[in-house]
Amino acid sequence: MFDLSGKTALVTGATGGLGNAIARALHRQGATVALSGTRREVLDALAAELGERTVVLPCNLASSEEVEALVPSAEEAFGPLDILVNNAGITRDGLFIRLKDEDWDTVIAVNLTSAFRLSRAAAKSMMRRRTGRIIGITSVVGVTGNAGQGNYAAAKAGMIGMSKALAKEVAARGVTVNCIAPGFIATPMTDVLNDKQKDAILGAVPANRLGTPEDIAAATVYLASDEAAYVTGQTLHVNGGMAMI
Amino acid sequence: MSDIADRVKKIVAEHLGVEADKVTENASFIDDLGADSLDTVELVMAFEEAFNCEIPDDAAETILTVGDAIKFLEKNAA
Repeated sequence: MFDLSGKTALVTGATGGLGNAIARALHRQGATVALSGTRREVLDALAAELGERTVVLPCNLASSEEVEALVPSAEEAFGPLDILVNNAGITRDGLFIRLKDEDWDTVIAVNLTSAFRLSRAAAKSMMRRRTGRIIGITSVVGVTGNAGQGNYAAAKAGMIGMSKALAKEVAARGVTVNCIAPGFIATPMTDVLNDKQKDAILGAVPANRLGTPEDIAAATVYLASDEAAYVTGQTLHVNGGMAMI
Repeated sequence: MSDIADRVKKIVAEHLGVEADKVTENASFIDDLGADSLDTVELVMAFEEAFNCEIPDDAAETILTVGDAIKFLEKNAA
């Protein structure tokens, strides 16, 4: 089950906590993985650790030119792309009434617009071959909202709507488009929370623990697999029960 | 009939899974050959590949029938 041998995958944000775990898991299942992110040395270190079947493709997702070049670069390196994981994401938190235009624009550009551009390029190639998996890493806050994250929640909710629209267009062509919505996961992004905040979060999680990047990686492997062929347009919530949707 | 016309008709028949004799120059991809809008995008991509040329979006929008495609490619194919 869930064998990805012979498949190719592109993971954005592979330098981050979730991206790293997702890239490792896809690789472990046999996929050839293109690692993308902004920090070249972190990508190189991960590629060196994983060994064969890796490609390093640094990319600044805030740059439209670099985003447009990413899928073609991956396909040049390892042939047609089978699995795209739009994982990269940033936060620029702030109370809504004080949220700066710049922080809104940056979060939408990196978290949503880049996913749109990459999905467009990937879908074009996947449609022709009648096979493909596009997976967006969204967030529970895209569905539930979260104080201080108006920009982030908007981008993540946008990703869910976008994925559903694309899923309808390409479903008959063997391409599935799904989202994974992590709850609170122990990563550098959530490390910045103080203990009081973390306690408050745990109080809301029936599983009584933070999630791990591996919890998200396992969901990604499932959606990327041939076994998940009939699952499309869905959002898989991996959140220890903190929101049951 | 030109070589380009033959090739276009063959691509259309294969791509849309229709009988070759239905693929006449007047046939509309959507109205006569059962294509949906995404099929027409795919057809344009197939033409681009087969004829090694680029079909810009505004030109692609004017290619509605088999004859439109043949005319465009006779003018622009590499």
